[in-house]
Amino acid sequence: MKFGVIRFPGSCDEVDAVLACEHVPNASAQLLWHGDPDLHGVDAIVVPGGFSYGDYLRAGAIARFSPVMESVIAFSHAGGLVLGICNGFQVLCEAGLLPGALLPNVGRRFICRQVQLEVVHSTMPFTADTAAGELLSIPVKHTTGRYYAPPEQLDSLEAHDQILLRYASGANPNGSSNDIAGVRNAEGNVFGLMPHPEHAVDPLTGSTDGLKIFSAMAHAHG
Amino acid sequence: MTVHARVLVRPKAGILDPQGVAVERALPALGFEGVANVHVGRLIELDIEDPSQLHAMCEKLLANPLVEDYEILEAQEQRPDADG
Repeated sequence: MKFGVIRFPGSCDEVDAVLACEHVPNASAQLLWHGDPDLHGVDAIVVPGGFSYGDYLRAGAIARFSPVMESVIAFSHAGGLVLGICNGFQVLCEAGLLPGALLPNVGRRFICRQVQLEVVHSTMPFTADTAAGELLSIPVKHTTGRYYAPPEQLDSLEAHDQILLRYASGANPNGSSNDIAGVRNAEGNVFGLMPHPEHAVDPLTGSTDGLKIFSAMAHAHG
Repeated sequence: MTVHARVLVRPKAGILDPQGVAVERALPALGFEGVANVHVGRLIELDIEDPSQLHAMCEKLLANPLVEDYEILEAQEQRPDADG
């Protein structure tokens, strides 16, 4: 199982994402430069956190048109697994691979802290290594993390089990609609979340819950 | 011949605009009373050869139509030798 982690100008979590992938048994990871449309035969894609292209205009708006993203879009349409974390989530929303948009936090401030997430659905290929209702301890660090979708789209996401993670009761840090922390696409092969599972893979930093997302992707790949 | 255009992008009505709220709360502290419905958007200025592309440009990049409204404010012909 080989993960490919995108590196844009302004990415800052791609090295942690590579390390997280490498914590999964029998998995390897390599960086993919934004200007190179070749995905180098990887089995799954991680679009990492950071400030791609300086977040100019809107977070993710310009990164979405980079050469590598055109390949990631084709990869996802062919059923390939794509995980977007924080800025990566914003990029995937801008690319139309995930529903909704990320808006500035209600409190306007940058938030950097450990949060509790509730697993809404335990399902292949992203949350199968967790249990429904399980609480995960994973950090958030963002200014633009308020998940928004129009009310009718939220109803559809709920009805089609596309919301995989919510902030635990009372722990919504940014005003996200329906406490949404992570959503997948209708087909189920693209998943985005604002919290950073790649920063929760080593006991040294307090939690290894994030590893469950990466290991589930590897298990889904087989 | 290029045309000078301005595109105004603003948060869609009904979507909370924390920047607007912050500005609205700051104004009374400076003695400016009676201000309501403050919203902060962005102004994009550009010179363009074919202004008929502006709408597509807004839909695809300049605005996110899910959460923002855009308005093409004006389009004035500009002398070909104009700069800045």
